[in-house]
Amino acid sequence: MITIVDYKMGNLRSVRNALGFLGYESRVSGNPDEIADSKMLILPGVGSFREAMKNIRETGLEEALNEGVLNKKRPILGICLGMQLLASEGTEDGITKGLNWIPGTVQKFRFDDPWIRLPHVGFNAVHFKETGRNLSEGLGESVDFYFVHSYHFVCEDKYVTGETDYHQLFVSSVKRNNICGMQFHPEKSQCNGLKLLKNFINTHLNHA
Amino acid sequence: MGLAKRIIPCLDVDAGRVVKGINFINIRDAGDPVEIAQRYDEQGADELAFLDITASSDARDTLIHVVEEVASQVFIPLTVGGGIRQMTDIRRLLNAGADKVSINTAAVFNPDFVNQASEHFGSQCIVVAIDAKQTQIDPPRWEVFTHGGRKRTGLDALEWAHNMVKRGAGELLLTSMDRDGTRNGFDLTLTRTLSEAVNVPVIASGGVGNLQHLVDGILLGKADAVLAASIFHFGEYTIQQAKAAMAAQGIEVRL
Repeated sequence: MITIVDYKMGNLRSVRNALGFLGYESRVSGNPDEIADSKMLILPGVGSFREAMKNIRETGLEEALNEGVLNKKRPILGICLGMQLLASEGTEDGITKGLNWIPGTVQKFRFDDPWIRLPHVGFNAVHFKETGRNLSEGLGESVDFYFVHSYHFVCEDKYVTGETDYHQLFVSSVKRNNICGMQFHPEKSQCNGLKLLKNFINTHLNHA
Repeated sequence: MGLAKRIIPCLDVDAGRVVKGINFINIRDAGDPVEIAQRYDEQGADELAFLDITASSDARDTLIHVVEEVASQVFIPLTVGGGIRQMTDIRRLLNAGADKVSINTAAVFNPDFVNQASEHFGSQCIVVAIDAKQTQIDPPRWEVFTHGGRKRTGLDALEWAHNMVKRGAGELLLTSMDRDGTRNGFDLTLTRTLSEAVNVPVIASGGVGNLQHLVDGILLGKADAVLAASIFHFGEYTIQQAKAAMAAQGIEVRL
């Protein structure tokens, strides 16, 4: 059973739909006990970093997530805002402490040209590194996924599994042990996205 | 490659059926929304837009079910618009599986609604739809219209676009009411003028009759995405053909 963490931010149903389509059982839950005890977690979400961490802290989910992910070493996939929350801190409207599982910060895109569009919306290529090969198996080195975001993850190279070019190279997927993150939406990236979700789940099922 | 330009087929939905009108009248049945959505997904559409043109409020629940059903079969972004007035309307659609909502009339009546919606749900899911009609030739001026092009608001479309971006719109869906349904191509002057005036993505809409119109919307209109309905609904062109035509003229698309 895969648990999709519900902390009242955004579109949980899309992830559940995609997992169901692939034949995996999942539940959407905001219950700390269920989350701490789950075999596999997905942390989706869109919207504000500050609001998200506030919800996670107020509902007692931070302890539950730490228990499941850090103590029990259960695999977790953060998607979009969910990936950003893995960082040490966010910088939207001042500094907000994140889950602090992957050292790094989340920053707004800054371009010298003020006319470059934000948010970064649409399909763009992810270039998977050697470290991202388990995930991208059967997909090739450069694959299109759907993005919609204005902030991006900044961290040491050793955590980076994929990069994308939007007027600058930015980190589009990360990994540290059992913790993975994707800035794009695999659940909205058609066949490539479904394949990637499947790879994530299978890799971790085999290692569980 | 970099960020691909998007092709977005639009499904106008009335009481659970896809329809298409000419200048918003003479509505013609084009089929079942779930089947059509699946067909466009298979053809490689980058996103889908649903516009609810149902007049009565009880029939609105039909659209929620359509969105639920499409979202369980089709794994590309879905934008839903039409009749969105309150925060609860947005919440319901997002819960049903929509990724973005497009707000039109409600923004005109109450611009603060756009602030509230983008603060609460995030700018990335708030698309503001602007229906513009040219009201002056020289210098060109376009005004915002509501109610499917019937009501004039007196608002200048460019000023309105700036206002909406400032209030948190993540994208603008620009429809030329002069061109919509005519198949004569986008209003390229309007599209380019507005695209060059804002720094959020602009989706061009209204008037597509052939594949070159889509190309022109990107190359001459400077749009980030192109939206079309009838050229795809009746099987005249496929999304692949549209993408091939765009790629052949140097536009980055997802193939």
